[in-house]
Amino acid sequence: MLLSTAIVMFSLLLILGTIVVKGLPALSLDMITKAPESGYYLGGGGGILNAIVGSLLLAAGASVVSMIFGIPVALYLNIYLTRKSKLAEVIRVALDVMCGVPSIVYGAFGFAIMLYLGVRASLLGGIIAVSLLIMPVMIRAIDEVVRLVPHELIEASYSVGANRFETVFKVVVRQTLPGIISAVLLGFGRGIGDAASVLFTTGFTDRISFSLLEPVATLPLAIFFQLGTPLPEVQQRAYASAFILTVIILVLSLSARFLVSRYGRHMVK
Amino acid sequence: MNGRRLVDNIGGKLMLVLTVLSGVLLLLMAWGLVAKSSAILSLKPLDTLLFSGNWNPLRGEFGFFPFIAGTIWVVGVATVIAVPVSLLTAIYLSEYAGRKIKGIVNPFIDLLAGIPSVVYGVWGVLMIVPFVKNYIAPLYGTFSSGYCVLTAGIVLAVMIFPVIINVSVEVLNMVPREVREASLSLGATKWQTVKKVVLRRAMPGVIAANVLGIARAFGETMAVLMVAGNVAMIPKSLMDPAYPLPALIANNYGEMLSIPLYDSALFFAALLLFAVVFFFNLVSRAVLVRIEKGIR
Amino acid sequence: MKNRTHISVENLNVYYGDNQVLKNVTIAIPDKTITAIIGPSGCGKTTLLRCFNRLIDTVDGIKVTGKVLVDGDDIFDPQQDVTAIRKKMGLLSQRPFPLPMSIYENVAYGPRIHGTRKKNELDVIVEKYLKMANIWDEVKDRLHEPASSLSIGQQQRLCLARGLAVEPEIILADEPTSALDPVSSRNIEERFMELKNRYTIVMVTHILRQAKRLADYVVFVYLGELIEHGPSKEIFENPKEQITKEYIKGIIS
Ligand SMILES: Nc1ncnc2c1ncn2[C@@H]1O[C@H](COP(=O)(O)OP(=O)(O)OP(=O)(O)O)[C@@H](O)[C@H]1O
Ligand SMILES: [Mg+2]
Repeated sequence: MLLSTAIVMFSLLLILGTIVVKGLPALSLDMITKAPESGYYLGGGGGILNAIVGSLLLAAGASVVSMIFGIPVALYLNIYLTRKSKLAEVIRVALDVMCGVPSIVYGAFGFAIMLYLGVRASLLGGIIAVSLLIMPVMIRAIDEVVRLVPHELIEASYSVGANRFETVFKVVVRQTLPGIISAVLLGFGRGIGDAASVLFTTGFTDRISFSLLEPVATLPLAIFFQLGTPLPEVQQRAYASAFILTVIILVLSLSARFLVSRYGRHMVK
Repeated sequence: MNGRRLVDNIGGKLMLVLTVLSGVLLLLMAWGLVAKSSAILSLKPLDTLLFSGNWNPLRGEFGFFPFIAGTIWVVGVATVIAVPVSLLTAIYLSEYAGRKIKGIVNPFIDLLAGIPSVVYGVWGVLMIVPFVKNYIAPLYGTFSSGYCVLTAGIVLAVMIFPVIINVSVEVLNMVPREVREASLSLGATKWQTVKKVVLRRAMPGVIAANVLGIARAFGETMAVLMVAGNVAMIPKSLMDPAYPLPALIANNYGEMLSIPLYDSALFFAALLLFAVVFFFNLVSRAVLVRIEKGIR
Repeated sequence: MKNRTHISVENLNVYYGDNQVLKNVTIAIPDKTITAIIGPSGCGKTTLLRCFNRLIDTVDGIKVTGKVLVDGDDIFDPQQDVTAIRKKMGLLSQRPFPLPMSIYENVAYGPRIHGTRKKNELDVIVEKYLKMANIWDEVKDRLHEPASSLSIGQQQRLCLARGLAVEPEIILADEPTSALDPVSSRNIEERFMELKNRYTIVMVTHILRQAKRLADYVVFVYLGELIEHGPSKEIFENPKEQITKEYIKGIIS
């Protein structure tokens, strides 16, 4: 038992260790400050700033979209619907199932939507697919914290004459702010790291692009493409990119912890 | 004052609509995938699609069997590795570990869950591929490029550790304390109690947890794509390359619009994955919901 | 009792699913006095209190029949605006539950919702009601700190101020001192004595001596039935019913 726990912990260390050992030496300032120059994939100069920017835009866009749709859903499930509500139960199961649907399927589905809407591979397409991917995760994560809000707190708000809508957005949201923030960051992390869902939907470009309707590069795909080249020096860059992505993920999970403690100060109990 | 009431009313309705939509999305997804794969489904009999080994899109032959077999091999290996390790870890965490140890181990598991699959893929390429090629394959007296079923299985196993562990721990924690105490007070040892009482009691939930993990393995794409070898053949051994369904979809998106029926075929592959994962998830979630209700 | 009736309850029945917890309760609660609802644990005191501001609505599987009239209006009438009813009543619960915001915002929360937006008006309101709840001196220098940083006793007084700030006519209190230390309890009791000339106060209490000290009017509930109600003196010194006698002597509890 101890052995298996050790195996689990050791695998994480192995992964992180490998990425650091192989990625760090290959890392250079150019990697994070420049877009690919011509012949980059043949060993030419430049970096992957295009992918870093693209991934951040994509994940941010998708997080905002999921937040706008997801927060009301999580609140509705708990505050408007009762504990015994059948609707809430069905929705929760549906969301759980969606959390399990593979990202490649979201990619395919997102692609189908894009064909239907006539959107070509672009940041917008990626945002659609990634939002669909992270929304269920985000909703269920927020749902779990909203569920813990003491009923008395809600009653305290009702008792001064607040209606449900006011109670939900002024009291419940504030009480669960730390949980909401970490759920959003969780979604952001998913969004930035996922490759399969953006494969069909974002396209790829060597330029740094900010337009919704243009293709964008993403970090996971940049890693994938660089690794796919036969040249060792380009593969090195894939390791460095993987290192960058891992650092972003670690920073996200650390900042989630920090923000939770910072915004938790008003929380009751 | 009326304005407030209006906002409450409209806001509530709007939230209801969003809530229902979020659930309907799942149906919409199923419907979309079915619609997209209907072209190939109407032209080819289902059993040919599923069980024929002839894969030649250019000639209009779409036999998915090599990919299905590849998926099953890879997922099978991952299951064999991940289930015992995760289960024992879960038992350790819920039954034996103190607060402090949990505080150390849990972040590891969370981080493991948060690592993107491409990074798993890179790790697989850098570490597991050479390991299998240089150490494991010679051990069996065969040659392997390292990009094979075993490698993909190992990488997948590590990826699904967190899923199985987290859900299992949750399920084990739901077993009432009294049950353990009753057994201990009869003179059973801790391990006997865990094995005969706690595990038995938690069995449906633990199985559900494993099914969830396995379902995750089915759909995992990027890492598998990077290490499985991607040769469209039916693997005969652990050292053979495999070409699982998700990798097939991911690898061919470029060509899919230029070859007739190809896009529909790939959507069919997505539909297959969706169906399997949907079914696995639905069953295990139903079990978990029932368990949770029994407790309250 | 010379006071007019403020809350009147007529044939009230409450069911949790199949379990009837209030049986045909009829009472008239007088204006501008302290009414104490007493009775053993689980007899339905909280349920009765929660009918007055319709918080009972939020419970799953609840069924209510009969009437509760406040100022002559049936509050269970579907035409009624629940928020308007609740605005008329402040609530103190067993354990204080400050809202997850600063001390200042806790008090300003109600008035803001009901349309007071101006900073200077809110400042005045906040100060006035914090003073009325006798907590101003303790918090005036830390108004923008989280309310949860206060002690439990202070939190309860803050909750009182929060309730008073929406200018209710009635204060409902469910064992408001049961989570508090003796000094804080005294503080709350003193507030009630000050406030009772201006507000109708209905409190649930387990502590008979507290009921004796504070109440002008007493309602005794037993197993969901209203056994006896009347002026405090009468109930405590000369109860009509045998059960009331036994409860007051401490034979049943
Ligand atoms: N939400 C609920 N669902 C089902 N039954 C309930 C619920 N709330 C209360 N009850 C039941 O209703 C009865 C009356 O409860 P109530 O809380 O009104 O009693 P009480 O007199 O306030 O008790 P206490 O003195 O312990 O506060 C109890 O038997 C209780 O079990
Ligand atoms: Mg009570």
